Amino acid sequence: MTDSATDTAPPPSLAVLFTGFLSVGLLGFGGVLPLARRMIVERRRWLSSAEFTDLLSLCQFLPGANIVNLSVALGGRWHGPVGSVAALAGLLAAPVVVVIALGAVYLRWRGVPVVAHGFAGLSAAASGLVLATAIRIAGPIRRRPRAVLVAAVSLAALALLRLPLLWVLLVLVPASIALNREDS
Amino acid sequence: MSASPLPSLAGIFAELSMLAVGGANALVPEMQRQVQAQGWMDPSEFAALFALAQAAPGPNMLVVTLVGWQVAGLPGALTATGAFVVPTGILTYVVAGVWQRFRAAAWRRVVQAGLTPVTVGLIMAAGVLLCRAAIDDGRKLVLVIAVTVTLLLTRLHPLWLLGAGAALGAAGLL
Repeated sequence: MTDSATDTAPPPSLAVLFTGFLSVGLLGFGGVLPLARRMIVERRRWLSSAEFTDLLSLCQFLPGANIVNLSVALGGRWHGPVGSVAALAGLLAAPVVVVIALGAVYLRWRGVPVVAHGFAGLSAAASGLVLATAIRIAGPIRRRPRAVLVAAVSLAALALLRLPLLWVLLVLVPASIALNREDS
Repeated sequence: MSASPLPSLAGIFAELSMLAVGGANALVPEMQRQVQAQGWMDPSEFAALFALAQAAPGPNMLVVTLVGWQVAGLPGALTATGAFVVPTGILTYVVAGVWQRFRAAAWRRVVQAGLTPVTVGLIMAAGVLLCRAAIDDGRKLVLVIAVTVTLLLTRLHPLWLLGAGAALGAAGLL
């Protein structure tokens, strides 16, 4: 056990929880996780670094968006369900408004050539972003032939065969766990 | 045809969220497949909405909000977003309470080691499908390669590259 409780701040109020996550949602361009970590661990000291990593690994393990799960778990830890709602609402309020505003611009003016071409360029750049993420997270598994095989099969099932995700997961996850257990 | 799309939005996004084992990007192939099967939009429209969500601040699950908004306006946006975050939120809330009990369990590492390669494949598939929808000529192919390589080799903020892509497109250079 670490005595991390001694160097963390007292539990935040509901309002502070809401505004803390509001700032993360509002400023988190291109990935919220680094910003959330800075707010929670470094600036507000709600959690120690180790506690944050532990909670994040839980949230990555559970289905859903990691940062959404993190806000729910953190709010709930101090204020029960109301705390979860406050943290989640703070996280999503600003981005939802911004993204709907951007969407409105797109739908209203996508017939205008300049806008249409701008969005075509944006889409191409965004697909490059996802490719780079995929290549980066593939790095750690590239020397594990069985893991590469599983990744290749799931790529082919989804991108080439267009199989439903549910069935792909039901077959591949147990197979992958069995194949990769020595690497855990 | 005149039936409200809200129940299908809620059903589809609640189900998708429970399948999200590798973050929101891993869901892109399935989301693209579903919105096409429902007749809501074609792959290039979906790619544009996905790009918008990437350019906005906040979690990268916001493409869910945009799909809901495109299908059924504000009620659609709120329905899709709620369906995506509430079921997994409840699950997280419950599990976080008992987390301490199995935090060190060996089976967790075993499951994680098995999940990672599947997730890699899912996100690769997302990249491939988005590229297929976004690349319609040689110059866009060059842009995609340039963005990918730049992100892998530098620490440049992705927003600059999204902005550059949009600007090059708007200037008629793509």
